[in-house]
Amino acid sequence: MRKNRPWLYVLFWILISFLTLFPIYWLFVISVKPAVDLFSTPDILLKSFYWQNYIDVLNDRTLRGYMVNSLVISSGNALLCTTLGFLACYALSRFDMGGKESIFFWTITNRMAPPAVFLLPLFLLMTQVYKVGDFTLLDTRIGMILVYCTFNLPFAIWTLRPTVDGIPKELDEAAYVDGASAWKVITEVVFPLARPGLAVTLILTWVFAWNEYLLAATLTNFNARTLTTGLSEYVTTTGTEWGIMAAISVFTLIPALIVFGMVQKHIVAGLTFGAVKG
Amino acid sequence: MHSNKLGWLLLAPTLLVLFFFGVLPFIYVVYVSFHQWNPFAVNPDMVFNWAENYRRVVFDAQFLASLGVTAAFVFFAVISELILGYLLAQAFMKDFPGKAIFRTIHTLPLIMAPIIVGSIWKLMTTPSIGIIPNLLDSWFGYNLNIGQSAIAAFITTVVMDIWHWTPLVTLTLIAALVSLPPDPFEQAQIDGAGKRQIFWHITLPMIRPAILATVFIRLMDALRTVDEVLMLTGGGPGSATRYVGVHIFKEVFPRTNYGYGSAISVIVLYLTIVVCWLLYVFLIAPRNKKG
Repeated sequence: MRKNRPWLYVLFWILISFLTLFPIYWLFVISVKPAVDLFSTPDILLKSFYWQNYIDVLNDRTLRGYMVNSLVISSGNALLCTTLGFLACYALSRFDMGGKESIFFWTITNRMAPPAVFLLPLFLLMTQVYKVGDFTLLDTRIGMILVYCTFNLPFAIWTLRPTVDGIPKELDEAAYVDGASAWKVITEVVFPLARPGLAVTLILTWVFAWNEYLLAATLTNFNARTLTTGLSEYVTTTGTEWGIMAAISVFTLIPALIVFGMVQKHIVAGLTFGAVKG
Repeated sequence: MHSNKLGWLLLAPTLLVLFFFGVLPFIYVVYVSFHQWNPFAVNPDMVFNWAENYRRVVFDAQFLASLGVTAAFVFFAVISELILGYLLAQAFMKDFPGKAIFRTIHTLPLIMAPIIVGSIWKLMTTPSIGIIPNLLDSWFGYNLNIGQSAIAAFITTVVMDIWHWTPLVTLTLIAALVSLPPDPFEQAQIDGAGKRQIFWHITLPMIRPAILATVFIRLMDALRTVDEVLMLTGGGPGSATRYVGVHIFKEVFPRTNYGYGSAISVIVLYLTIVVCWLLYVFLIAPRNKKG
């Protein structure tokens, strides 16, 4: 019955896609409206385009700087977390270390911490403890890259573990018998096989870092400020500039869209988060 | 084949990073939680007050209410996401034109920043200027006002969470469904099993690990939701959507109640870990070993 009616599925998915896309469409609608129009009764369809919000955003040198910061921080963090997570997973999967399963679970507890209260200790540690001479980690890109590890590194480890576990140990052993070093085994035997999982981990951690708001809002002032915090700067005492906020949001969405599009093919194969397939 | 030393060496960078940015801040939070400390009060010094903060937490009606609404929020959001995500994943198992495009569209909410999702939903639901209250009013004569109705605000946050995170569930379950071997299904059909029987006795047990893993990550992340809800409702009206993450935020920032906020955080973190640990130890880990 079902095989003969693919159009039923198409119809169903058009409906679902409409629900999925509507809020995003609405974001776009708000971004091309002048501020005064926001307070009249809304129309579903767009009748005119007002591009000034986008022009304002593009001309804003500060926002361009925030964009660069966001790119550097999320890329650096995703690379760091995926690399460290991959090495950690190899250790957890291949070695028989005492308490390794406890360590595995402990890593994820770092992601469970309520973010709001960890802001203050991180602020204090970054200004007063983690410093070399006059250099402190506060408001630096490297500081944010390291801070984001608290939620992204555990995620990377938990996403990669099934991938690494799924690569047969016999392959490593054969390579060791042939006289390969551990480093060679990791980079030339395990790494190529883990690639789909690594790609997905890289992208998801990138997206999480790119989208983070609370930590960036508190731990940066200007030098390392990210695009998401730029959004909140338009919520002012004189009222929120929703149009500009929406335009920035659209700009925030585009890089994430591009990056995510690159791994569409792998995403299903790599998304296993702690579960063993089948 | 190699000594465990190498294993520890490979694990060392991870442990170091998590120690400096996860464990040390946590120890600091525990330390602060035993003090009375409000840096912007008349007396800005830290005063050691034993477990006074913890005693207050246990009798704090607002905190207990916040735990209650959080439990309801997490329950409704995660259950709906699971059922919806499963149905959508199943709908992707068939071949139909444009499948890849529909799947890409369906994953879009996943890549959006929580703070942006919160803003969009606020714009869509603000009474009189939002599109949703306007449509509901003209189509059904229903007056949606998330600034006044507690239940409307609650449902809106749940719907927002479902919109944002169902794609993740769908993707994880697609990953599980495509990796299922076809043999048991064919055998069951030959034996004359009905659809319902196949679902309960074959599909469900086989994708159980994936379902549990999804519940695990969704549970964990739903419990620490802050940005989206803070942006959408600010925890209101009253304290209808003051989920623990939001509650802690409001306790720490506007009121700068660090000692008390820290105590709540320690308790919330402890509860989260216990719930997730139980789920992991009894449901996820044993399965993985066998598989």
